[in-house]
Amino acid sequence: MCTTCGCGAGETRVDDEPAVELEQAHADMPAAGAGPQHPAASEHEAGSGHWHRHADGTWHSHAHEHADTHEHVQGSTHSPRHDAAAAVTPSRMLQIERDILAKNDAHAAENRKRFEEQGIFALNLVSSPGSGKTSLLCRTIEHLQPGVPITVIEGDQQTSRDAERIRATGAPALQINTGKGCHLDAEMVGHALRRLSPPDDSLLLIENVGNLVCPAAFDLGEAHKVVILSVTEGEDKPLKYPGMFHAASLMLLNKIDLLPYVAFDVELAISYARRVNPTLAVMQVSATTGEGFEDWLAWLLAGCSHCQQRKQTTVAALQRRIAELEALLPAAARG
Amino acid sequence: MHEMALAMGILQIVEESARTQPFRRVRTVVVEIGELSAVEASALCFCFDAVTHGTLAEGAALDVIAISGQGLCFNCGKTVHLAALYDPCPDCGGYPVQATAGTEMRVKELEVE
Repeated sequence: MCTTCGCGAGETRVDDEPAVELEQAHADMPAAGAGPQHPAASEHEAGSGHWHRHADGTWHSHAHEHADTHEHVQGSTHSPRHDAAAAVTPSRMLQIERDILAKNDAHAAENRKRFEEQGIFALNLVSSPGSGKTSLLCRTIEHLQPGVPITVIEGDQQTSRDAERIRATGAPALQINTGKGCHLDAEMVGHALRRLSPPDDSLLLIENVGNLVCPAAFDLGEAHKVVILSVTEGEDKPLKYPGMFHAASLMLLNKIDLLPYVAFDVELAISYARRVNPTLAVMQVSATTGEGFEDWLAWLLAGCSHCQQRKQTTVAALQRRIAELEALLPAAARG
Repeated sequence: MHEMALAMGILQIVEESARTQPFRRVRTVVVEIGELSAVEASALCFCFDAVTHGTLAEGAALDVIAISGQGLCFNCGKTVHLAALYDPCPDCGGYPVQATAGTEMRVKELEVE
């Protein structure tokens, strides 16, 4: 389990069925509490745990026994020598240079390719719990249907309540339950896409787990992250959780119908958000009254239209290429 | 944040490397973590120890090289050191400063035997 946010894995469920592929992906994970055996714990400085900071700014962890005289070669390369046996066995350095989230990014790239091929405008909606994401989605769907085909992927730790709320609007929705997980990852979304089969030229809305921290780091293949901040939260949220506001392209300031009743400084909230992300677009909306929805709906339609045009351009280019090759075929056959 | 997921990502990279370049044991994993990546080095080390239990990386040391944050100040146009995503420019005190380095999360190299 994640020490910071309680994130775990291995209990992901898609529409209340175990996500087998996902579970296999996490099969290596030990049970919670199966931490490292550390017979020499007492040899560390009190409170230092399994890691140390060195003078050169690097951190260093140990899961095994080592002597008090903790011998490191100081310098640009860090060469730990922890026990005599290891020191005798020859070792070699392998250059890796790979991003830690490379596996997620590869799945995200697959999802993004699918979206491009199908002309799908995919959005990843992120916020803290209770900001009104699901209400916002329901109202958005009511406005856009039946003109725009919409499908929804709902992420929550437990229950399929949100997917049921979305289905009541008539839009197909799939619930992913992340179990102990604190965010959706690209593999879960890929799995959901195979089940949901969103149509060509449609809008896909992915409602992430309510969490302003972890979902920021996980690309799902979406065109944009849209962060929702409600006026019942503090205006300093962008400063407290900068990662999410930095990763988003658009901030929806929701529940503006409540502004007369709460001490929320709209301009201050926007200025904090733009400190973290200078290019962030901002729209003020109310999912309850529909106020401010014209801009939001226009933004969505522009995004859909852009994705459809890009697909048409690609298809037209491929058709031209096919025609060129077909024209060459009789000559090649004669030759 | 999700240091456990990141530790599992590191282990996956180690295991994939073991398939292409056979080795028996990992002695050290060197990772580069940017100052602006919101990763807590101590939590990452703790999670790394937990996920590598029973794998070929069990007992390996995790060296975390901190990459300092850098940003471009929109106010004065200089590239400056940035300690947090929302900090003002240390040179002119202006906003905003767009991060240009320090968001990395990479496995740099492995010491294997």
